[in-house]
Amino acid sequence: MSKINVTVNGRPVAVDAGSTILDAANKAQVRIPTLCHIEGLEPTGSCRVCSVEVEGRKTLVPSCAEPATDGMKIRTNTPRVLLARKQMIQLMLANHPDDCLYCMRAGDCDLQQMAEDAGIRERAWRRGEHRSHPVDRSSPSVVRDPEKCILCGKCVRVCDEVQGVAAIDHAGRGFDSFVLPAFDDELASTTCVNCGQCVAICPTGALVERSDLSRVWRYLADDALVTVVQTAPAVRAALAHVYGMSGGDAEARMVTALREMGFAQVFDTQYAADLTIMEEGTELLHRIQEGGPLPLITSCSPGWIKFAEHFYPDSLENLSTCKSPQQMLGAMVKNYWAEQMDVPAENIRVVAVMPCTAKKFEAERPEMETEGGRDVDAVITTRELIRAFGEMSMDFEVLEPGEFDRFLGASSGAGAIFGATGGVAEAALRTVFYLLTGENPGPEDFEAVRGLEGVKEIELTLPDGAVVRGAVIHGLGNARRVMDRVASGETDYAFIEIMACPGGCVGGGGQPYGADLQRTAELAGELYEIDEKRVLRFSHENPEIQKAYEDYLESPLSDRSHALLHTQYRGRSQFSAEDEASE
Amino acid sequence: MNPTKDTITIIVGTGTCGMAAGANKIHDYFADKIGEAAPDAFQLKRTGCLGYCTVEPIVDVEIPGWPRVSFGPVTLDNAERLWDMVAEGGELPTEFVLGTHSDPGEVIELRDVPVLWETPFFRHQKRLVLKNSGIIDPESLQEYLTAGGYRGLARALEMSPAEVVEEVKTSGLRGRGGAGFPTGLKWQFAHDAPGDQKYIICNADEGDPGAFMDRSILEGDPHAVIEGLAIAAYAIGADKGYVYCRAEYPLAIRRLTDAIAQAEEAGYLGNGICGTDFSFELLIKKGAGAFVCGEETALIASIEGKRGMPRPRPPYPAQSGLWGKPTNINNVETVANVPFILADGAEAFRRYGTENSPGTKVFALAGKVKRSGLVEAPMGMPLRDIIFDIGGGVQDDKAFKAVQIGGPSGGCLPEHLLDTRVDYDSLVEAGAMMGSGGMVVMDEDTCMVDVAKFFLDFTASESCGKCLPCREGCARLKETLNGIVRAHRDESPEESLLRFQAVTMMEDLAKVIQDTAACGLGQTAPNPILSTLEYFQDEYNAHVFERRCPSGVCTALLEYYIDPELCTGCGLCVRRCPDDAIIGEKRHAHYIATEKCINCGTCRQFCPFGAIKVR
Repeated sequence: MSKINVTVNGRPVAVDAGSTILDAANKAQVRIPTLCHIEGLEPTGSCRVCSVEVEGRKTLVPSCAEPATDGMKIRTNTPRVLLARKQMIQLMLANHPDDCLYCMRAGDCDLQQMAEDAGIRERAWRRGEHRSHPVDRSSPSVVRDPEKCILCGKCVRVCDEVQGVAAIDHAGRGFDSFVLPAFDDELASTTCVNCGQCVAICPTGALVERSDLSRVWRYLADDALVTVVQTAPAVRAALAHVYGMSGGDAEARMVTALREMGFAQVFDTQYAADLTIMEEGTELLHRIQEGGPLPLITSCSPGWIKFAEHFYPDSLENLSTCKSPQQMLGAMVKNYWAEQMDVPAENIRVVAVMPCTAKKFEAERPEMETEGGRDVDAVITTRELIRAFGEMSMDFEVLEPGEFDRFLGASSGAGAIFGATGGVAEAALRTVFYLLTGENPGPEDFEAVRGLEGVKEIELTLPDGAVVRGAVIHGLGNARRVMDRVASGETDYAFIEIMACPGGCVGGGGQPYGADLQRTAELAGELYEIDEKRVLRFSHENPEIQKAYEDYLESPLSDRSHALLHTQYRGRSQFSAEDEASE
Repeated sequence: MNPTKDTITIIVGTGTCGMAAGANKIHDYFADKIGEAAPDAFQLKRTGCLGYCTVEPIVDVEIPGWPRVSFGPVTLDNAERLWDMVAEGGELPTEFVLGTHSDPGEVIELRDVPVLWETPFFRHQKRLVLKNSGIIDPESLQEYLTAGGYRGLARALEMSPAEVVEEVKTSGLRGRGGAGFPTGLKWQFAHDAPGDQKYIICNADEGDPGAFMDRSILEGDPHAVIEGLAIAAYAIGADKGYVYCRAEYPLAIRRLTDAIAQAEEAGYLGNGICGTDFSFELLIKKGAGAFVCGEETALIASIEGKRGMPRPRPPYPAQSGLWGKPTNINNVETVANVPFILADGAEAFRRYGTENSPGTKVFALAGKVKRSGLVEAPMGMPLRDIIFDIGGGVQDDKAFKAVQIGGPSGGCLPEHLLDTRVDYDSLVEAGAMMGSGGMVVMDEDTCMVDVAKFFLDFTASESCGKCLPCREGCARLKETLNGIVRAHRDESPEESLLRFQAVTMMEDLAKVIQDTAACGLGQTAPNPILSTLEYFQDEYNAHVFERRCPSGVCTALLEYYIDPELCTGCGLCVRRCPDDAIIGEKRHAHYIATEKCINCGTCRQFCPFGAIKVR
């Protein structure tokens, strides 16, 4: 690729043709603040805070959107640029509520940080006319407060361009613009799949997860209750990143931290991941051998499930009937563990810590209950967990390592990698290979499914020589492209892994702010390292899983398995909840 | 009806503006009269708009042996006299005759009637684009052909596309819709862009308040636009084009639709145009009335069915436009210049106007001017000549204060700049812009703060909301101006302070918006404030510091008081005052408590003695 030479603040730098001014500045190690910019997506140039001066140009130019050209002389810190940037920030603040103290984003807010960086110490414009709109608390996952919205449009672009959902868009004109669902409906009655990618990218408190932390504290305060917790693989990966330690160290300290919070038992969702592999792997073999609907598509990701229910209702029979690991673990706690420990199920509360906002929705799905009651009673995100640590003034780094509780706490490395895109497929292939041949494959035999390519393909040769093809997809926009081909019968996949969020659960909508693909890849790396360091690499070798089948479940796909661990789906309208009710 | 040489033709100008003035009723009147009298002896036709708004409705008459004569305003009150002249040989009604369509100097029957083109409104104009408007029947392809139509296309098709581009470049034609970008160069980019599918778009989303040249051209001479577009399509290699026309122009859309059908029928559109292998399909896309959709990337988004918001350029539409294909966009007036350039050559075009701004420009002359209407002047004509010679000066002989040029994003120029020549560069230098050619004349009674507020209200409500400086900045500017013209009786000291602070920051903010907004709408939105601040600072000072509107327009700043010499203490005003602001004893002079008065003016209306005054 041809190179072009520019100078940024006098520093010469050569960049590839087609690079933006922002790319060039990054390369020259000149930081330009950005707000509406999303790495990897087409620029919109809407917030203008990245405006810079280019010699020979009449006006300032937005560095995120303007291609660098050869010989360009760029200045990012002239008084003219700084004045414009301050004005942009002041204009945002003029329309922004002054309730930072009470905002969920306090201390972790892009707008606040930007104002701080720009040295803004007083309001330039009184908060006269301002946009006002009721808060939308309809969704179990996402709370929308349009008054805090600065209209950068990132949520709209992520929802549409990355996730292919387009549940929200700009509505109204000019100063009266809002980001809204169609017809100003409540979010809960739209096609929103609750993935929370909008929450993760929102620079202010306009989109936040519904916090369930206070409910968790109430459970923990109630002596009549036995409150247990489970944590997903990606949570420990994020903690490792936040606290600067290895995934294994973070995992062990997280267990201690959860005990300190007061949970009676600390279980591992990874245990249920191993259980999922047993059920789903067996289901796949059944479908292949007995001619069931193929491809079999994974059902661990609740964002993907709701997406399929809205947009591919005719393909629902392809979904695995397995509940997600979160729900499986809840059902096992309230039935198997309750029976073993002789605890009345109605006294048990299951809390799940997830990298995901859609898990809140999943836990509330009406079908997610068994004789033991609701599978999961409360879901908090990784961010909420870190806030809980903050409430406790806990120094995570100095905690002693702990171990998960028995019965539902042991997990294989295969269960750990569930948190990264390709992990479910890789874990399943390890066990399916064993189920078919009676021998374990090499643990790294299927590592071709790792990595952040949007759609990956893999082949497994069966003992009879037949080749089974599969696909691994992350990000719902990618899922849509493949599902259109599946729906029209253009593919010959036997199985497909689909994770709603880019990078899989490590890139989930409930993870700490500041996600990008690089961090997602690093978090996935933590999980692969945990896997590599585990003695136990195969789900079918997990002794607690084996014991559960011996003592309680009998075998994968048994009647009891079906009652506790499997579920069903329903088609949903693409338009509105009312529409759905009348169907 | 077979017109013979003895047939008398009555032609009613029924553009939207004529119709608004009642032209349809006049048309019906003559239709009825003709029906009653002798249908075979008369022909009743319609034409577009002649541009002379002040004298609408306009009716032309063609009587054998006479040149065509225009009359106006023709109303139901005086139409009978016109009919009497036409049908009964009655006298020519000199009070409302406008002039004859004869060539100057031609010896004609009607010596006492002036030649229309020599009357003050027309004498200084040069009508290239409007030459057919108000003359030919816009619904007749034949009349367009008779007037020399499609000659430009025929000549273009004999040239190579590159030669056509060259011809337009040589002509120096610049975009008539706003920034004045050289049209030929734009064509060159689209011509040079690789791609097997290219599009041409005609921007007919005319949105400036008071500007209606595009509508008038589409209504009065739709084939000129079609011909210009066909030439442009041939030049850049497009086989498909769109006219993006606002839906509020139903008549323009209907006339254009009909004209497209005629042109297809006659082989000027469609496959194998004029016997060549050039094919061009032209479609109309109705816009829903968002001002920002006049910005070319927003317009493209709108055609694609997306929300009409501008996107960053580059890539420019010439590289990646409609559906990602190379696209050329020109506005209606620009396109309407093209047939002349191709038919008569670039040099003929360059005979008009200035070196850097050749040709003519159509202006919508409005406001406090004696003769308002659409006027087409050669580029470079001083503002003074347009306003005082063509427009006849300020109404009621009041003093001239300012002229606002360039639509809502333009600027207000004061008297000392009246000798500014009207071309792209001189106007920008003076702090205004050509824009689409709106020209609003303001007299001494106009409040310039109020004017700035009016235009800012417009741009703020038409901001698409995408980029921050335009969306939020215009709202703050608007709020600041509202603060200036409002009364502040209940304001806290903190609020007063913030209001003053806003006034001091207004100019800075306006400049930042110019500097950072994403599209032309945003970048020019503060122009009305900046130009009034520059030229009429004293009016702002009077509002801000003296709480007084020198022109008496900003009612909230008026002060009502009672002249004690005239007040009889009758108490009528006390009873009428809705806010108990008038105090006084019976039979003694009363007094208005200014801090309570809401400036409604009711007391003044009811005082039998004229004792209540305003300052």
